[in-house]
Amino acid sequence: MTLLDHLPVLVVLLPLFAAPLCVLIDRARPAWLLSLIASLLSLAAAITLLMQVSSSGAIRYQLGGWAAPWGIEYRIDLLGAYVLLIVSAIAPLVMVFALRSVEKEIPRQRIARFYAAMLLVFAGLAGITVTGDAFNLFVFLEISSLASYAVISMGSDRRALNAAFQYLVMGTIGATFILIGIGFLYMMTGTLNMIDLAERLPAVSETRTVRAGFAFLTVGIGLKLALFPLHLWLPNAYAYAPSAVTAFLAATATKVAVYALLRFLLEIFGVQFSLQAMPLDLILMVLGLAGIVSASLVAVFQQNVKRMLAYSSVAQIGYMMLGIGLASTTGVTAAILHVFNHALMKGALFLALGAVAYRIGSVTLRDFAGLGRRMPWTMAAIVIGGLSLIGVPPTVGFVSKWYLVLGTLEQGLWPVALLILLGSLLALIYVWRLVEAAYFGQPPSDAATLQEAPLSMLIPVWILVGANIYFGVYTEVSVGVASRAAIQLMGIEG
Amino acid sequence: MSGAQLLACILAVPMLGAIGVALTRHRPNLREGVSIAAGIVLFLLVATLAATISWDAAPTLVLAEPVQGLALALTPEPLGMLFALVASFLWPITTLYALGYMRAHHEQNQTRFYVAFAVSIGAAMGIALAGNMLTLFVFYEILSVATYPLVTHAGTDKARRAGRLYLGLLMGTSIGFLLLAMVWTWQLTGTLDFTPGGVFGDKVGSGMLSVLLVLYVFGTGKAAIMPFHRWLPAAMVAPTPVSALLHAVAVVKAGVFTILKVAVYIFGIDTIAGLAAADWLLALAGFTILMASIIALRKDNLKARLAYSTISQLSYIVLGAMLGVVAGAVGGGLHIAMHAFGKITLFFCAGAIMVTAHKTRVSQLNGIGRRMPWTMGAFAVGAVSMIGAPPAAGFISKWYLVLGSLDAQQLFAVAVIVISTVLNAAYFMPIIYAAFFKPEDPAQDQDAHGGGHADHGEAPWPILLALVTTALFAVLLFFFPGAPLALVQRMVAL
Amino acid sequence: MSGLPGLYNYWIAVFLMMAGFYVVISQGNLVKKLVGLALFQTSVFILYISLGKVAGGSAPIFDAGVTVYSNPLPHVLILTAIVVGLATTAVGLALIVRIQEAYGSVEEEDIHAQDLIDDERETPTQAFGPEDDRQ
Repeated sequence: MTLLDHLPVLVVLLPLFAAPLCVLIDRARPAWLLSLIASLLSLAAAITLLMQVSSSGAIRYQLGGWAAPWGIEYRIDLLGAYVLLIVSAIAPLVMVFALRSVEKEIPRQRIARFYAAMLLVFAGLAGITVTGDAFNLFVFLEISSLASYAVISMGSDRRALNAAFQYLVMGTIGATFILIGIGFLYMMTGTLNMIDLAERLPAVSETRTVRAGFAFLTVGIGLKLALFPLHLWLPNAYAYAPSAVTAFLAATATKVAVYALLRFLLEIFGVQFSLQAMPLDLILMVLGLAGIVSASLVAVFQQNVKRMLAYSSVAQIGYMMLGIGLASTTGVTAAILHVFNHALMKGALFLALGAVAYRIGSVTLRDFAGLGRRMPWTMAAIVIGGLSLIGVPPTVGFVSKWYLVLGTLEQGLWPVALLILLGSLLALIYVWRLVEAAYFGQPPSDAATLQEAPLSMLIPVWILVGANIYFGVYTEVSVGVASRAAIQLMGIEG
Repeated sequence: MSGAQLLACILAVPMLGAIGVALTRHRPNLREGVSIAAGIVLFLLVATLAATISWDAAPTLVLAEPVQGLALALTPEPLGMLFALVASFLWPITTLYALGYMRAHHEQNQTRFYVAFAVSIGAAMGIALAGNMLTLFVFYEILSVATYPLVTHAGTDKARRAGRLYLGLLMGTSIGFLLLAMVWTWQLTGTLDFTPGGVFGDKVGSGMLSVLLVLYVFGTGKAAIMPFHRWLPAAMVAPTPVSALLHAVAVVKAGVFTILKVAVYIFGIDTIAGLAAADWLLALAGFTILMASIIALRKDNLKARLAYSTISQLSYIVLGAMLGVVAGAVGGGLHIAMHAFGKITLFFCAGAIMVTAHKTRVSQLNGIGRRMPWTMGAFAVGAVSMIGAPPAAGFISKWYLVLGSLDAQQLFAVAVIVISTVLNAAYFMPIIYAAFFKPEDPAQDQDAHGGGHADHGEAPWPILLALVTTALFAVLLFFFPGAPLALVQRMVAL
Repeated sequence: MSGLPGLYNYWIAVFLMMAGFYVVISQGNLVKKLVGLALFQTSVFILYISLGKVAGGSAPIFDAGVTVYSNPLPHVLILTAIVVGLATTAVGLALIVRIQEAYGSVEEEDIHAQDLIDDERETPTQAFGPEDDRQ
C-alpha cells in the first residue's frame, strides 16, 4: 500500500498527532507553524480524496486491517469528502489569520496549548466526515466538542468562561443522547457499521426501540448543530470566543453536525423512515422556518456584532434544516450547498470581525463608527460577506437561495418561499445597520492613529471573500458535488 | 471583432474604467480624462455592435453557469440595444457635466464617485444586453448596490435615510418578489431565456400567470410604480449628475426596461392581452401617472418636481407594456429613449442652476432666464419633450402610446395620457414663464452661504456643453426618429 | 433472578439518567451541575454494559468448557465512552476553577448577575489575571 491509500486516516492523524507536539514544543511561533503545516497537509489530502471519490466512488478503509463488523471502517463518499474539504480548507486560512489575532487575544504562554486544542477540534471534525462507524462518529464528535469547549474558554472576556461551561453542559447532554441513540441501534442490529446499519434497520424499523433511538439521535445532533430551539448555547459561545475560534467553529462545527444529521437521517435510517414514516420532514421545516424568522429578528436588535452574526448563523442553519425538511433532491441539494456556501460567508465575516477586534479591541456596533474610511479593506470584505448573507447575486448566498426557493416552489409551498425571502430582508436590515455605522458614523476622536489590519489577516479574509464571489458565479464544483451527493443520499431507498 | 468579443468588451470597458479611475485618483484631470475616454470607447463599441449585428443570428457571450442549465449570458436584442445605446451615449456627456458640477460644487470623495459611476454603467450594460432573466437579475442587483454610495454621497443623516429607503425598497422588492417570480417561472417552464412570444405557452393557467405578472411588476422596484416609488424622490439627495444619468436614465430605465422585456419576451404581448392582472396593473400605472403629476405640481423643490415627473413618465412605459398590443410596446420602448434625453436635460439644468445661482426651489427662479439663457433654453426644450408636444422627442413616443391605447380600446389609457399631458404642462410651463418673463426678486436671492449670488452668469462650460448637446438630441430625435423606431419595431417583429 | 422484573436494568438506567438530568437543571452550583452531568452520562454506560450480558454467559475470557460468553463489544465501547466522560468532567472542572478565579463564585445566579453588569459596561472584564502574562 502506498501513502495514497492511507489518505483517509492521514487526514485525521496529521492534526491529531500534531496537537500533542504543540504542547511539547510549548512555544507560540513554532506551534503555530506546526499547526499551519498540519492543516495544509490535511487540505492537500482532502482535495486528493475529493478527486478520488468524485471519479471512482466511495473509498473504504479498514482501520488496522480489521474487517468491518469488528474493526472500525473509514468510508468516504462524496458527501463526506465535500464536507471534509470545507473543514480542511477553512482550517489553514484560520491558522494564517490566527498568528496575529491570537497573539493579541491570548496570553503568550497559553498560545501553544491553544493551537493544540484547535488542532484537536480540527481532527475531530475531520474524523466525523471520514468515519463509517456510528460509535466512532460519537468519539470524534466528543473530541472536537471537548477541544472546542477549551478554545472557547480562552476568550479574553471572562464571559467566555461561562459561555464555554454552558456549551459544555448542553453539548454533553447532546452527545449523551447520541450515545443512547447509537446504543439502541446496536441493540436492534448488532452492528455499528453505518452501511450494515442501513441494511439491517428496515427489517426492525417498526419497533419502539428504533424509534426511540431515532428520536434520541435527532435531538442529540440537533443540540450540536444549534437547531432552533436548541441553539441557546451558540450566541454566547460565538460572541466571547477568540476571533479565530469563532470563525473556525462558525464555518465548520455546525456544518459537520449538519453532515452527521444527513448521515443518520438519510443514509442510516433512510429517507423512507426519517422523512416519510416519521413526521420529521414537517418538524424540520417548521423548526427551520421558526429559526430563520426568530433568530433573524433577534439579530436585528443586537449591539455586539459578533453575537449578531451568531444569531444569523442560527437562522442560516434554519435554511439547511428547511432544505432537508423538503425531502426532495432539490431541497437536500440546497441544504448541502448551503453548508458549503455558509461556511464561506460566515468564515469571511467572522475573520473580518476578528481583524476589527484586533485593531479596536471589541466589536460592538459603536466601534464600527467611521471604520469604512479607516479600515477600507476589512470593511469592504464585511460588506461583500454581508451581501452574500442577504443573497445578492453574484455571491454564493444567491445560489443557495435559488435552490432553496426552487425546492419549495417544486412542492407548491409558496408561503414557505416567501418566508425564506423574508429572512433575506431581515438579513438586509442587520447587515445594513453595520454598513451605516461603518460608513456614516462619526469616528471617536482618539481613532486618528487607527490603521488597516495587517496583511496576514487581510489575505485569508480576502481569499474567502473571493471564494464567495467565485463560487457564486462558477458553481460546477459546489453545486455539482452537492447535487450528486444529494442524489446518492436520496437514492438509497429509491 | 466578433460579436461575442464586442459583448465582452462592452462589459469590460466600464470595469476597466473604474479601475483606471481608482489608479489615477491623485491626479483629478487624468482621472476625469480616463472616465470620459472609457465612456467614448464604450459608446463606440455599442454603436459598432448595433451597426454590425444581424438579428437572425445574434451573438451570445456565456459568462458562467451558476445554476445547472441556466447560464449567465449576454445576448443582444433590439430593445436592449436601444437602451445600451442611450445609456452609453449619455455616459461621457454626463461625465463631462459631472466634471464641471463636482468641481464647482466642491464635492468630496470624487474618486469614489467616478468609480461607482463607472460600475453602475457597466451594470446597466449588463441589464441591457442580458440574454435571460437570471443575467438581468444579477446585473440589476449589482446596479442597486453600486448606486448606493452615489445616493449617499453626501454622507449626511438625510443621505443615510435616503440610502436606507433606496436600498430597502429596491432590494426588498427585487428579492421578495422578482426573485420569487423568476424561480417560479424557471420551475414552471425550465427556461428563463428571453423568447419572442413568451415562454409559458399553454402550460400555465391564467390565474397563475396573473400572479406572476404582478410579482414581476412589483418586484421591479426600479420602475418606481406606486406604491414602491418613494425611493426615487429620496434618491434626489445625490449629486445632480447621479440624479441625471442614473435616476432619469440608467437605473429607472433599467426598471421599466425589465418590465417591458418581461412583458414582451417572458409573457408575450398576446398573453398579456388576455390577463386580468394586466388590466389591473394598467389601472395602477394610470393612477401612478396622474398621482405623480399632481404631486409634482405641488413640489417647490426643483429636483423633487423632476423626480415626480420621472415617476409619472416611467409609468407611461409600464402602461405601454400592459396594453397588450404591438403599438403599446413600441410606444413604451421608444419612450425609454425619448424620455431619457428630455429628462437628463432637465436635470442638467437643475444642477446648473444649483451650482451657479445656488437656487434649488422653483419659486426662486424668477427672471433667471435672462442670466442663464442657454440653460433655461435647454430647460424649455426638455420640458416640451416631457409634455409631449412637437417639435420634441417626447411627442413621438406619446403618439405611439395613444395609438396603442386606441388599438387596445383602452379609453381609460387615452384619458390618462391626455390628462397627464395637461398636468405636465401645468407644472413645467410656469417655470419657463417665470424664468423668462418675471422680474428678478432680490429678496429671494439668499442662500445657505449667507450672501447673494446676484452677479452670477452662465454655468461653467462643461455643464453648458453637456446640457445643450442633450437638448439638441431631444429635438433631433423628433425629426429623425428612424434609428430608435427601427430597433423597437424590430423587437415586436421578432 | 426471577424475583425481579425482567428489564430492571433499564429501570435503573432510566432512574439514574433522570436523576442526573434533574440535578443539571435544578442546581445553581456549577460543581453540582457537573456531578449531575456525570451521573447522566454514567447511566448510559450502565445501559450499554448491561446490554452485553447474555443469559447464562460467562465473562468473555476464552476457557475450556465454556461455550456461552457475554458480548464483550459493548464493554469495549463503553471504555471509550468512560474516557470521554472523564475528559468532559475534567474540562468542566477546569472551567469551574477558571470561573471561580474570574467571578469569585461558582453559583449560577451570582455569575449571571455579574454578566448582566458586564453587558451594561463598556469595557469587558478580562478573563486572564495579570499573573497570566508572566512568561
